[in-house]
Amino acid sequence: MLAIIGWIMIYIGATFLFLGALGIFRFPDVYNRLQAGTKCTTLGAFSSIVGVGLVHPAWLPKTLLIAFFILLTNPISSHALGRASYKSGVKLWEGSVIDKCKEFEECQKKEEEQE
Amino acid sequence: MGSRLSKFLYTALVMFLLWLLLTSSFNVQELVAGAVIAILVAAFTHERFTKKGLANLHPKRVVCMFIYFFYFFWQMIKANIDVAWRVIHPKMPINPGIVHVKTKMKSDFGKLMVANSITLTPGTLTLEVLGDDMLIHWIDVKATDVETASKMIPGVFEKCLKEFME
Repeated sequence: MLAIIGWIMIYIGATFLFLGALGIFRFPDVYNRLQAGTKCTTLGAFSSIVGVGLVHPAWLPKTLLIAFFILLTNPISSHALGRASYKSGVKLWEGSVIDKCKEFEECQKKEEEQE
Repeated sequence: MGSRLSKFLYTALVMFLLWLLLTSSFNVQELVAGAVIAILVAAFTHERFTKKGLANLHPKRVVCMFIYFFYFFWQMIKANIDVAWRVIHPKMPINPGIVHVKTKMKSDFGKLMVANSITLTPGTLTLEVLGDDMLIHWIDVKATDVETASKMIPGVFEKCLKEFME
């Protein structure tokens, strides 16, 4: 029974990983691609790893630990990528509604100017 | 802030729990080795690892943390389905932009938790944190002014987080 749930979770995870890849392909600019890359990948990776843990119950504690660390580190990497691309002057997609970052001086500064 | 002893004990306890999860065995040799290593690591890192020490394990905070975890998990699943829907929709209904919100959290760790939670939920990505101000890339902008956006993005998490962080 546990193994069946595990397999279902692995398939759900694979579907989300595929959708994440498709999103990176379809979305127009860096920021939207990051959204697809992080959102779908988080649940995709999480679900497949925990699914493996359910298929082999002896591995469950380790897989839960791996999933926890993915949850902890994934947003930090996507935040760093987004921030770095804004600071190095990557433009937003022309269909974007608003850019409040322009109102903040710190937001515009490049890294080397701050030193 | 907690005393040195309580910080040390808390760090050693967390490290030992981590060891238990990684080895997942209750062999006496493993337990002794784990305890020695946990104490060594704690001796070197307890100053940086935690600010409150054993106060983190207060029952009320632990319960709040559990509630927050499940709430956050539910939000994360909704976020994934939302973004997946936008990906497969033929017209790609995105409406992106960068909005400015204010957070109510005071401590650094609280801000980190809010920023991380924002990055993992419905189409929002934290680009920059400057004091109380956060700049967020939103895949479907519903409000552009600071007050409404603050209620819509960090507001949902802050209700829960304020209980156990401050």
